[in-house]
Amino acid sequence: MGYRARLVAQGVAIGLVALLFVLLAWSLLHDEGGDLSKQANRGDRPAAPDFTLERLDRDGDLQLSSLRGKVVVLNAWASWCGPCKEEAPFLEQVWRSHRDRGVVVLGVDAKDFRADARRFADRFGLTFPLVYDGPGDAIGAYGITGFPETFVIDREGRVVRAFAGAVNGAAERAELRSAIAGAVS
Amino acid sequence: MIRLAVLAALGALVATGAAAGAPPNAADLESEIVCPVCETTLDQSNAPIAERMKAFIRTRIAAGDSEQVIKAALVAEFGEEVLAEPPGGGFGLLAWLLPLTALAVGAIALAFLVRAWTRGRDPDAADEDEPLDPQLERLVDEELARFDA
Repeated sequence: MGYRARLVAQGVAIGLVALLFVLLAWSLLHDEGGDLSKQANRGDRPAAPDFTLERLDRDGDLQLSSLRGKVVVLNAWASWCGPCKEEAPFLEQVWRSHRDRGVVVLGVDAKDFRADARRFADRFGLTFPLVYDGPGDAIGAYGITGFPETFVIDREGRVVRAFAGAVNGAAERAELRSAIAGAVS
Repeated sequence: MIRLAVLAALGALVATGAAAGAPPNAADLESEIVCPVCETTLDQSNAPIAERMKAFIRTRIAAGDSEQVIKAALVAEFGEEVLAEPPGGGFGLLAWLLPLTALAVGAIALAFLVRAWTRGRDPDAADEDEPLDPQLERLVDEELARFDA
């Protein structure tokens, strides 16, 4: 290999390493982890990622976008998640008190066994629609890092508020009700 | 001698058959299944879902299910990501083939580079490849002529 060719090869290698460093720096600066929640809570109203998932409460599938025109309270949960147990009765209460006002509570059970999820729903008397995302692919698009997480989606399919962790405190519950009221009006 | 060989072959066949019919080992399965929350194998996790999956595996072993049936049941719940090793067919085959292809391509490229470098450092090869400057060649000829005289 001639001296010039060797120089070119070394230049290309150094260039590639530099490019990788630039990409690393860019990805660190533009970290998308939980970005949907951040955007929503900043007031940016990002579009809610659509999905079609198998229903747990009845046969068939449910597509999120089929609920367009309604306010959706999307709650990601799992039967093995402790705070989800405390939160479930509150969500059922929200569903019952708001369903006549065009609000749908949608439970997305993820990284869980179907049978465990159904037992959970029976135990807490959940009557709102429930879908199953075993691998967690659909909720992955929401940047969910733990359970539970709740998203309020407006009638146009935009996320207006996100709650990381259980909505179990009085302040968070008031905030959720306020976000729903804002999306309904 | 032939009888001995036939007996040994039969023994091996019986042993293989017995191993194939043996119930799966929970510890082995736990090292081949990934916890969907912590993304380590079940044997390295004590997350609630990992514990639940371990209990599921033990229940299914007790019920007499084979390793394939148990794995298929877990894939039906959590997707193929639950398998620590990708399946050997379809898209999963790429996970096996790509690193091997990359390794082969890398080895071939390295072989070419080493060959090129060793050739470049061979003084005889350098003489053949790069002709001398005409002025320098004339000087060398003159020096050689003087030396011969």
